[in-house]
Amino acid sequence: MSRPILEVSGLCMRFGGLLAVNGVGLTVQEKQVVSMIGPNGAGKTTVFNCLTGFYKPTSGTVLLDGEAIQGLAGHEIARKGVVRTFQNVRLFKDMTAIENLLIAQHRHINTNFLAGLFKTPAFRKSEREAMEFAAHWLEKVNLTNVANRPAGTLAYGQQRRLEIARCMMTRPRLLMLDEPAAGLNPNETEELKKLIGVLRDEYNVTVLLIEHDMKLVMSISDHIVVINQGTPLADGTPEQIRDNPDVIKAYLGEA
Amino acid sequence: MSTSITAKQFKTAFFSALLVLAVAYPILGLKLNIVGIKLEVHGASDPILWTIFACAIGMFFWQLFRSQLGDAWNAVPKVPGVPSSASNFLTLPSTQRWFVLALVVVALVWPFFGSRGAVDIATLILIYVMLGLGLNIVVGLAGLLDLGYVGFYAVGAYSYALLSHYYGFGFWLCLPIAGLMAALFGFLLGFPVLRLRGDYLAIVTLGFGEIIRILLRNLTGLTGGPNGISNIEKPTLFGLSFERKAAEGLQTFHEYFGIAYNSIYKVIFLYLVALLLVLLALFVINRLLRMPIGRAWEALREDEIACRALGMNPTVIKLSAFTLGACFAGFAGSFFAARQGLITPESFTFLESATILAIVVLGGLGSQLGVILAAIVMILLPELMRNFSEYRMLLFGALMVFMMIWRPQGFLPMQRPHLELKQ
Repeated sequence: MSRPILEVSGLCMRFGGLLAVNGVGLTVQEKQVVSMIGPNGAGKTTVFNCLTGFYKPTSGTVLLDGEAIQGLAGHEIARKGVVRTFQNVRLFKDMTAIENLLIAQHRHINTNFLAGLFKTPAFRKSEREAMEFAAHWLEKVNLTNVANRPAGTLAYGQQRRLEIARCMMTRPRLLMLDEPAAGLNPNETEELKKLIGVLRDEYNVTVLLIEHDMKLVMSISDHIVVINQGTPLADGTPEQIRDNPDVIKAYLGEA
Repeated sequence: MSTSITAKQFKTAFFSALLVLAVAYPILGLKLNIVGIKLEVHGASDPILWTIFACAIGMFFWQLFRSQLGDAWNAVPKVPGVPSSASNFLTLPSTQRWFVLALVVVALVWPFFGSRGAVDIATLILIYVMLGLGLNIVVGLAGLLDLGYVGFYAVGAYSYALLSHYYGFGFWLCLPIAGLMAALFGFLLGFPVLRLRGDYLAIVTLGFGEIIRILLRNLTGLTGGPNGISNIEKPTLFGLSFERKAAEGLQTFHEYFGIAYNSIYKVIFLYLVALLLVLLALFVINRLLRMPIGRAWEALREDEIACRALGMNPTVIKLSAFTLGACFAGFAGSFFAARQGLITPESFTFLESATILAIVVLGGLGSQLGVILAAIVMILLPELMRNFSEYRMLLFGALMVFMMIWRPQGFLPMQRPHLELKQ
């Protein structure tokens, strides 16, 4: 039995009079792929924002490897190995694909001011290694041929893959993908599915994703959490969720 | 495309003409004369009144036939503008680097042939180039609108002036101290304000710039208040003074080399010191663009949320830009104090901040060559137009409007030096 990497319990987020997230709990085991599903406006992205420190949850606990991380700033949580993508891709559009990947390695390379000023051997080595690591991942996500193009000019599917590669630059343990398949064609979705499998099996990354594409969700998830109107609705394996009457009702409405 | 004149056009034209009269007559057509202790209003001379009247008539016909004139203007074949390939070539980092190098060579040689006054103005230009380059880090690269930049300039200037005045420290020792002091102020001021964004940041920095100036004016005991500090020592060349008579324990330049005293040596030396500082700034900024911290600044300018999601601390990154920019202002400030020999708080008004910002924006955000050219224009024009000094602000405003229409991106914006993956 693997151990839980992320344990969330009683998570609430209140915006004035609106209780957007109410008592959500979920557990993610190491090297699992867990999906969060629910109708539009159910509060899935709000849960993501709470977990990654973009919102401060009103109440509830978030444990990463047993350590409480709720209420920490976004960059602090990211440094602990929880990295996310965004629903509407947020790349540095004027920078090339390879530069996007270098920036993400900011904390792992030599940022010493004097070393950079005088191009010391240590600085050159660190820059070269960052470049190699970035090139390695560009190849993994099949973007080597567009490495030197500004990220904003890439096709939508390429941008999505680049964003995932950029997350991988920070050596994450838990990767959170917010609707990674939105706007992808069936081929690209298939590639994405393979990529997520590679991330888990070869790079030991745990994946938590929000997704509407049920075919994708059912085929790659080890575990699914359903949220409806900010409250947890169901929780279980893909088979359990598929047959759960409450879930069917929430998605299809009262029969 | 109707050629007939409608009633609406006629009305517009009539009121435009009336407006010309209403504005121009009180301003130009009436003259105030002091008679004894009283003010008397007189009409202006006939030619002026006729000119105003002619302008009103002109405006009437211009408004009346505007659309027809516009059509005629469009029918005239256009002079081709700058072709896009040339514009692309000019904004490439590599091209601009050669231009900068050429400028540096010219700058190194010409003071030995230029007149004393010209070299002096060139020194002033170099100070503004340094300030522009420093502010370019903050505004151009990190995208933080800083309207109080002159505050750090003042901190640098006063650091040197006070250390020289009270402890007799020399310029070369004080130069790094002044830079560090300004950087420290940048750090301390940046810490609380950098959580603000855009307009709010601009207003707060504006306030801080003014606070520093007012503080310097009111700390009379320490800074001499509005009188400032005078008799600040000039820089020396390895202990050689450029004065006619050296202070005790110092040797003068002309005695050491056995040549006759000439005051132009001092001017040229100051110019070369300024040039050295500018070269240092150019070198540092050129490296910064290609260093992780430079990349992080630009990333932060583009998308702060994405940066946070990648584990970068926005406050620290912004603070580093703010501090480094302030440091360059400190260098420029201490040199300014040394060159002038006298500083008062009135050298550091908001207008200075505005001028430096204008240099950065006119030159093109992020472009070093642009800043150099803009500094030359902004400092040289007022000097050349001393005879028209009343119209200086008017021309300055006209230049700004013209730039906004013609090149909103600045004289010579620079494309980012892209990192390339070699395949």
